[in-house]
Amino acid sequence: MSKQALNHIINNEYAAGFVTDIESDTLPAGLDEDVIAFISAKKDEPEWLLQWRINAYREWLKMAAPDWAHVNFPKIDFDAISYYSSPKGMSDGPKSLEEVDPELLATYAKLGIPLHEQEALAGVAVDAVFDSVSIATTFRSKLAEAGVIFCSISEAVKQYPELVKKYLGTVVSQADNFYAALNSAVFSDGTFVYIPKDVRCPMELSTYFRINEAKTGQFERTLIIADEGSYVSYLEGCTAPMRDENQLHAAVVELVALNDSEIKYSTVQNWYPGDAAGKGGIYNFVTKRGLAHKNAHISWTQVETGSAITWKYPSVILLGDNSIGEFYSVALTNNYQQADTGSKMIHIGKNTKSTIISKGISAGKSSNAYRGLVKVIPRASGARNYTQCDSLLIGDTCAAHTFPYIESSNSTAVIEHEATTSKVSDEQLYLCQQRGLAAEKAVSMIVNGFCKEVFKELPMEFAVEAGKLLEVSLEGSVG
Amino acid sequence: MLTIKNLQANVEGKPILKGLDLEIKPGEVHAIMGPNGSGKSTLGHVLAGRPGYEITGGSIFFKGENLIEMETEQRARNGLFLAFQYPVEIPGVSNMEFLKASVDALQEHKGEQPMDSVSFLRQAREMYKQVDLDPGFLKRGVNEGFSGGEKKRNELIQMLMLQPALAILDETDSGLDIDALQVVAEAVNSLRSCERSIVMITHYQRLLDYIKPDFVHVLSDGKIVRSGDKSLALELEEKGYGWISEVE
Ligand SMILES: Nc1ncnc2c1ncn2[C@@H]1O[C@H](COP(=O)(O)OP(=O)(O)OP(=O)(O)O)[C@@H](O)[C@H]1O
Ligand SMILES: [Mg+2]
Repeated sequence: MSKQALNHIINNEYAAGFVTDIESDTLPAGLDEDVIAFISAKKDEPEWLLQWRINAYREWLKMAAPDWAHVNFPKIDFDAISYYSSPKGMSDGPKSLEEVDPELLATYAKLGIPLHEQEALAGVAVDAVFDSVSIATTFRSKLAEAGVIFCSISEAVKQYPELVKKYLGTVVSQADNFYAALNSAVFSDGTFVYIPKDVRCPMELSTYFRINEAKTGQFERTLIIADEGSYVSYLEGCTAPMRDENQLHAAVVELVALNDSEIKYSTVQNWYPGDAAGKGGIYNFVTKRGLAHKNAHISWTQVETGSAITWKYPSVILLGDNSIGEFYSVALTNNYQQADTGSKMIHIGKNTKSTIISKGISAGKSSNAYRGLVKVIPRASGARNYTQCDSLLIGDTCAAHTFPYIESSNSTAVIEHEATTSKVSDEQLYLCQQRGLAAEKAVSMIVNGFCKEVFKELPMEFAVEAGKLLEVSLEGSVG
Repeated sequence: MLTIKNLQANVEGKPILKGLDLEIKPGEVHAIMGPNGSGKSTLGHVLAGRPGYEITGGSIFFKGENLIEMETEQRARNGLFLAFQYPVEIPGVSNMEFLKASVDALQEHKGEQPMDSVSFLRQAREMYKQVDLDPGFLKRGVNEGFSGGEKKRNELIQMLMLQPALAILDETDSGLDIDALQVVAEAVNSLRSCERSIVMITHYQRLLDYIKPDFVHVLSDGKIVRSGDKSLALELEEKGYGWISEVE
């Protein structure tokens, strides 16, 4: 994703809110085993995967939607959602760029993501997912030279079935939770990455997710495997049109970091947040988890500014000895947005280390909750965790909550937790204004200062842009 | 530069300024003295446009324009600067960022290009040296964990960087050691020019030994009750404020 792309993710007044007028094959609303069979057939999937989906569906039917998060919304009617939509003619998956509908290329260009390689930002390969399908993946041949596989998951199922079969569902099982089960049943597309042994991925990988169709859900599935001793940095960005009704986005991301490998996963999430009165917006219910083997290092960095509701806890299972898990998060809510987000660090291996830095910013009438779990099992001697969660309030009508859970069963574990809550004060704003700064600029500067520790974890060129994203998302929060 | 006529203002619904008149011409240095709670800081905030300070009567003209109609940041961009009696902290925002943002805001207002980072940094470092603060402070949060005196010096740096047309210093000399007093004086004197005006709110006439004011005013109960030259400050020092009310 280019700098310009990020610029567009974050543009004023939700500039990413346009709709692409393109003919789509959209399945009628509703979900049953026939729908799943249809999706699977459409993708030409092997029998095992169909069965895998059906199993997930049957588990899902037995489950209830979770109600423990600090969020409020009307019950979702899962029969009112269409579970598959693809731009006409694209259902066979990505072809060469020449065959991609120009209207689609124009959409991505408008979002600032040129899919023609010669125009793209050097050093960043992009997979573009439009509604349910991946429409183009850039720089594939260059990556192939290094042995890196970067393609849509549908394609991976066909081209690298052993890898997919071996790892799919091993980090987030089909029955892990309600939304993960739903995703496992109906996932349409997403990104697949494999970095071979001892390879340092030569470029940043990124996926740009775009919801376009009305009344559809997006259920992408991402699977990243870093083989022993390898390294990859991956960035995802998301936008959607402005629509009055709420749309469901239930993704699953699985990271497998084998011995001595490192995965850096960054997210800039700016799904449509709904309007200032709280109408519309994306429900972002996402399961993200990484499994770290011996000496492996998994790092999640997220900047969450969009969505009407965010429900998301990127986690690391520290399975191998000496493995490291990190979570750096900025979650900003404005107007009527609600976020319940945080992380889980499960210490299983010896001398495992985890860090959680969470920065929650609430403005308007929004609600922002941090929820985190640090768990140390009996055999994980020498485990260490450091958690810091800070909340910043702007105005008097928003709310911040912190729900830290600690379960330690090993006496040698060292767990530190720090939390602060502060407010952007009128005196601070006044000082800034007296020095010539507009109130909004002042707030964004204060907020940026507050988020510094997280921004420095983002790939360099995106850190500045992430700051701008906050600025735009805070529009109307003061004055 | 500044013309205040019959100014009346409320803070939290309570009348504080009760018919204040003041005329400041370009190039002049005015000192305002007066007992605690007489409204000196209030005057500074009213001029700077602090939210919550309500003007209930009178008029203020700044460089020929109606100041009352201007937004707080607009006043600053037009060259009005207030060095705060109690500067607040802005944790996480570095002095460097803060200074650059305000310098840029003023440049933009003048229709000029923002200063390039290198010359900005060079200049900022100079200013820190001038007020005897380690340029390492540039990296620290605005006033974050600064001592009282360091905060005051930090205000001076902002003033020197912004080169205001009208600088109001609210007890910038309070809580400073003797050496620092000289630093304040040098900073203010370096700013003195025929196009700039300076208002010093102070309790101590010793500052006026270093910065020679053209006028000294005494503010009492929301009004200027006495104006004179430097000798008024000396007289006050000798006799206290009670002397003025007795005279009245
Ligand atoms: N927010 C407020 N609410 C109520 N009263 C206020 C408020 N701010 C100031 N005042 C009152 O206004 C009066 C004038 O205060 P001001 O700070 O202007 O005095 P001053 O002359 O600067 O005093 P000092 O020499 O102690 O700095 C005081 O009585 C003070 O208590
Ligand atoms: Mg005062």
